[in-house]
Amino acid sequence: MTLRQAVSPHLRPPRTVGGTMRLVLYALVPGVLGQLWFFGAGVLWQIGLATATAVATEAAMLHLRGRPLALFLRDWSAVVTAVLLAVSLPGLAPWWMAVLGTAFGLVFAKHLYGGLGHNPFNPAMVGYVVLLVAFPRLMSQWPAPAGLAGGAPGPIAAAHAIFGGGVDAVTAATPLDAVRTQLGQALTLPEIRQGPLWGALGGRGWAAINGLYLAGGAVLVATRTADWRIPAGVLAGIGVPAAFLWAIDPSLHPGLWFHWASGATMLGAFFIATDPVSAATTPRGRLIFGAGIGVLTWLIRTWGGYPDAIAFAVLLMNMAVPLIDRYTPPRIYGHPRGGGHD
Amino acid sequence: MATPGAQRILADGLWHNNAGLVQLLGLCPLLAVSATVVNALGLGLATTLTLLASNTTVSLLRRQVPAEVRIPVYVLVIATFVTVIGMLMNAYFHALYGILGIFIPLIVTNCAILGRAEAFASRHPAGPAALDGLATGAGFTAVLVVLGAGREVLGRGTLFHNAHLILGDWARGWEIAVLPGYDGFLLAALPPGAFIGLGLLLAGRNAIDARQRRRRHARAGAPAGGEAAA
Repeated sequence: MTLRQAVSPHLRPPRTVGGTMRLVLYALVPGVLGQLWFFGAGVLWQIGLATATAVATEAAMLHLRGRPLALFLRDWSAVVTAVLLAVSLPGLAPWWMAVLGTAFGLVFAKHLYGGLGHNPFNPAMVGYVVLLVAFPRLMSQWPAPAGLAGGAPGPIAAAHAIFGGGVDAVTAATPLDAVRTQLGQALTLPEIRQGPLWGALGGRGWAAINGLYLAGGAVLVATRTADWRIPAGVLAGIGVPAAFLWAIDPSLHPGLWFHWASGATMLGAFFIATDPVSAATTPRGRLIFGAGIGVLTWLIRTWGGYPDAIAFAVLLMNMAVPLIDRYTPPRIYGHPRGGGHD
Repeated sequence: MATPGAQRILADGLWHNNAGLVQLLGLCPLLAVSATVVNALGLGLATTLTLLASNTTVSLLRRQVPAEVRIPVYVLVIATFVTVIGMLMNAYFHALYGILGIFIPLIVTNCAILGRAEAFASRHPAGPAALDGLATGAGFTAVLVVLGAGREVLGRGTLFHNAHLILGDWARGWEIAVLPGYDGFLLAALPPGAFIGLGLLLAGRNAIDARQRRRRHARAGAPAGGEAAA
C-alpha cells in the first residue's frame, strides 16, 4: 500500500477568484433592483453595455498579452468591474459612455499594469473618473426618482434615451448636488429639505438604494468576502466629521444620516473600496485605508468641486496603499512588535 | 573623443537618443504645451532655435571655459538665447507668445538643452555641434507635434487650430475638423491626457525598436552574442 503524498499548501482557500467575484455580483443584486425601481430600466442597459464591453476588452487584451483566455475570462473580475462602473453611471447616459469608461478602465488601469492582481488603481473608478472629468455635464444628469415625475422610464424608453441620443426623460439634481448649490445660495438645510427631492433620511430613492447596497454589503462582510474593517473605516470616516459639524450647526451641515444615505456611500464602502487588489492588505491598514476614503469623500463633498467623491477618494487612497501597508504590518507571532521579518 | 559623422548625429537626435522619448528630458514643457499642434510646434521651434544657438556657442567657447565653472557658463549662454528668442517671439508672434506664456522663459530649464551642451557641444567642433542641436531640436519638436496632434484630435476634434499664429494669415483656413460634430474629449486636453499620450508614444517607440531588433536577429540567423548588436 502506498501513502499518497500531498504537497503543500495543505490548507486551500475556500474560494476561487471566480467564486468570490460571483458572490460580489450576487450581493449587488438588491442595490441594482433598487436602482431599477427608482431610476428605471436604464441601469440594466448600462450593465449590459458595460459587461459586453468588458468581456470583449478583456479578451482582446488577454489575446494581445498572450495570456490564456478561458482561465482569466472565467474569473469574472472584468464583469465585476463593468457592473460597478455601470451602476455608478446615470441610468440614461448615452451608450458610448459605458463603453468608453469600461474599456478605458480595463485597458489603462488593469491590463497595462499587468492584469488582475497587479493594478494599483481600481479599474472601475478609473473609468468613472475619466468619464466624470471628460463629460461632467452628462455625468450629472440623473433621472428624477420614481414618484417625483411619474414612473421611472421602462426598458423601451430607456433604450431610446441611451441609444437614440439625447435624454428626453425628466432629470433632477441628485440630493448631494442640490445641497451643494442651495447651501451656496444661502439657504439653510431645513429650507432645502422641504423640496420634493427629499425623503426621511436623504434624497428620495437614494436612501432606499443605499440601504439595499448596505444589505448586499452585509452579506459580503458576513461571508468574509470583504473585510469589515474597510467599510467600517469608510462609514466612520464620513460619519464622524459630518456628525461633528452637524452638532455645531445643523442648519448648515448635513449630518451623518444624510451622508450615509446619499450618493454612492454604501456602494463605495462595501463594494468599491473593498476591491481586494487595490485596497490595503494589513488589518490596521484596512481601517486606515477605509477611514482615509471616508474623510476624503466627506471633504470633497463639503468643500470640493464635485458633488460626490467616492471615486476620487478611492483613487487617492489607492495611491497611499503601499505606504499604509509598509507601516502597518501585523505582529508576527513570537516576535516583538516592529521586530518582525522585513 | 572622435566626432561622429553627420548621419550618426541625425539618427541619434531624431530617433536613437531622442530627447523626449529616450532621454525623457524636457518633459515639463512637452506635457504642458502639447494640447494643440500649433502650440506644440511653436514651442518646438523655439527650443530648436535655442539648441542650435547654444550648442554652436558652447562649442566655440569650449577651449576658453574652465571645467569648474562650465555649468554656470552654459546656463548663461542658454538663458541669453532664450531671452532673445522670447523677445523676438513677443515682437513677431505676439499671440503665440501669449499662449505659450511662461513656457518660453522656462526653455532655459529644459534639461535637454543643458544636456546637449554638456554631453556633445563642449566636446566637439562647432559644425557637428550645430547639427546636433538641430537634430535634437527636430526630434523634440517631432515628439511635441505628434503628441499635440493626437491630443488636439481627441480633445477637440480639430487639427491646426490657430495655425495662423505661426504661419501668418494665409494659414487661417488650415483648421481641419477631423471629427465634425465632435463634442470634445476633455481628458485628452487636460494634463492626464498628456501623460497617457506620452506613455503610449514611448510604448510605440519601444515596440518599433523591439521589432527591428528581432528582424535583425532573424536576418543574421541568431548569431552568438546577438544582444550586443542592440
